[in-house]
Amino acid sequence: MQVAKLVEELPPSGIRAFFDLVLGMKDVISLGVGEPDFVTPWNVREHAIYSLEQGYTSYTSNKGLPELRKDIAKFLKWRRGLEYDWDNEMLITVGVSEAMDLVFRAILNPGEKVLVHEPCFVAYAPLVKLAGGEPVAVITTAEEHFKVTPRKLEQAYTKGVKAMILNYPCNPTGTSYTRQELLGIARFAKKHDLLVISDEVYDELSYDFEHTPLASLPGMKERVIYLNGFSKAYAMTGFRLGWAAGPAKILAAMTKIHQYTIMCAPITSQMAAREAMRNGAKDVQAMVREYNRRRNFIVASLNELGLTCHMPQGAFYAFPSIKGLGISSLDFAKELLEREKVALVPGNAFGSQCSDHIRISYASSYDNLREAVARIKKYMEWRRGKK
Amino acid sequence: MKDILEILVNDARTTPEEIAKLTGQKAADVKKQIKKYEDGGTIVQYKAIINPEMIEGNQNLVRALIEVSITPQKDVGFDHIAARIYNFSEVKSCYLVSGSYDLLLVVEGNSIQTVAEFVSSKLSSMENVRQTSTHFLLKKYKEDGKVFKSAPRQKRLNITY
Repeated sequence: MQVAKLVEELPPSGIRAFFDLVLGMKDVISLGVGEPDFVTPWNVREHAIYSLEQGYTSYTSNKGLPELRKDIAKFLKWRRGLEYDWDNEMLITVGVSEAMDLVFRAILNPGEKVLVHEPCFVAYAPLVKLAGGEPVAVITTAEEHFKVTPRKLEQAYTKGVKAMILNYPCNPTGTSYTRQELLGIARFAKKHDLLVISDEVYDELSYDFEHTPLASLPGMKERVIYLNGFSKAYAMTGFRLGWAAGPAKILAAMTKIHQYTIMCAPITSQMAAREAMRNGAKDVQAMVREYNRRRNFIVASLNELGLTCHMPQGAFYAFPSIKGLGISSLDFAKELLEREKVALVPGNAFGSQCSDHIRISYASSYDNLREAVARIKKYMEWRRGKK
Repeated sequence: MKDILEILVNDARTTPEEIAKLTGQKAADVKKQIKKYEDGGTIVQYKAIINPEMIEGNQNLVRALIEVSITPQKDVGFDHIAARIYNFSEVKSCYLVSGSYDLLLVVEGNSIQTVAEFVSSKLSSMENVRQTSTHFLLKKYKEDGKVFKSAPRQKRLNITY
C-alpha cells in the first residue's frame, strides 16, 4: 500500500529521530518543551470537573458554545478594541492548530501561494502544502532579531501569493512587533490585497510592550484571520482549545470543514475555557511575571556563555546562535543531550536557514534553568577545547 | 508584590547576583534595595519552612488552634491581655479576630498533655479569659501556600514543538 505522495514528501526528517532519542532518555533536563510548566489554574480545572458532575457531556453547536463565543467577543471588545459578531465571525476549534488547518483548506485553490516567515512554527508550511497550496519562505535574520519587515516581504513576494502568515510573539524566536512595526506589515498586505493569517496564541506573554492585534489596525479586520487560544496564556495545552475570528464568509467556510471533520470542540474544554475567560486574569499575570524573570536570566546567561541571543519580547523561547562552534544545531543538540543530558530543539526544525540556532524554552523552573545553564557551560568548554 | 520580594518569598536563598539577573538590574542596586527592605522592616526574617513531623524524635509534636474569649480591659482593650498570652513560648501565633470569640492562638507542645496542661493551668486560669475552645490539629494539608503532600503531577513530554 502506498501513502499519498503529498504526505510522503512532508518532513519530519532528521529531527524526528532526535526527538525519539530525547523521549527515550531518562533524567533529562529539558529546555525543549513547547508548553507552559505551570499546571492549569485550579479554578479552571475545578470548573471542568464541575461541568462533568453537572452532566455536560454532549456535543455543542458546531461553532462552539454560544456563551464562550460571547465571552471571547466581550474580551476582544474591551481588552483589544475589536468588535466581532460572536455568531457569524467566530469559531471554537481544537487548538490553534486545527484553526490553522481550516484556514488554508478554506481559502486555497491548488497552487496558490502563501508567504510563510522563517524561522516559524513547524506546522505552517506542511499545512499549506496539505491544502494544495505552495508556501513561499520569507527568510528573516538574526541581525534583525528575526523580524518580518515590509522590505523582506516585498523581496519574497511573487505572482500568485494569496495570503501570508504572521506569528507573534513568535515560536521559536520570541520576536514580537510594536504597533508601528505592524502598520508597515499591514500596508504591505493591503497593497497586494492579501489575507493575513495572524497566529497570536502567545499574545498574553508579551513582556516589553502591550500586544497589538493585527486585526485592530485600520482597514485590517476584513483581511485578517485572527487565531488565538487558551493553551499558552492559561496553561491549558492538554485541553486543546483555540478559536478563530475573521470575515464571516471565510469563517463560514472554515465552519463547514470543521463540522465534517471535528463536529465540535470537546465540551469539557469549552466549559473550562469559560472559567478561564471570566476569572483567569490574575493567574495569567502571575505567570507572565515569572516568565519575564526567567527570560532575563536565560538571555543574560546565554550571552555570557557566548551564545549570542537577542532579547525575545514574548512567548517563552530564546533563540541563540551557535555560530563559531563549527557544528550544526542538530549535532549541538545531540552532543549536549548525550554529554550533559540537556534537551533543546535544533534550529533547523524551524526553517532551512536556521541550522546556526537552537531553541531554548524557558518554561521550566528556575532551579532547572540554573542547572541547565551550568551543564551547557560545561559542554561548551568541552566543545571549544575539542575545536 | 515587588519583583525582589516575590523572588525572596519563594526562595530566600536566592543571591542578590541571581536576583539581578532575573530582574535585569545591577547586583549592587539589588543589594541596596534588600538592605532597605531589611532596615525598614518589610523583610522581617529569613527562615525555612519545615515539616516538623519529619524531624526525628519529633513525631509526637502536637499543635492546637485555641479560641479564646476574653473580657477587654478599660483603656488598653484586648492588647494587654493578648500580650500576657502571646508571650508564652508555647504560643506560636496569636490573632485578634472578629466573630464569636476574640483571640485565635496556635499552640505547640510535645504531647496532648502538655498542651492540655498549658490551657488549664496558664490560659483558662487567667482573670480576663472567659472561655477557651481547643482544637487539636490532626493533619496538615497546606500551610503558608505550600501543599505538604500533593499528588504527583503528570510529566510533560521532554521535547515538543
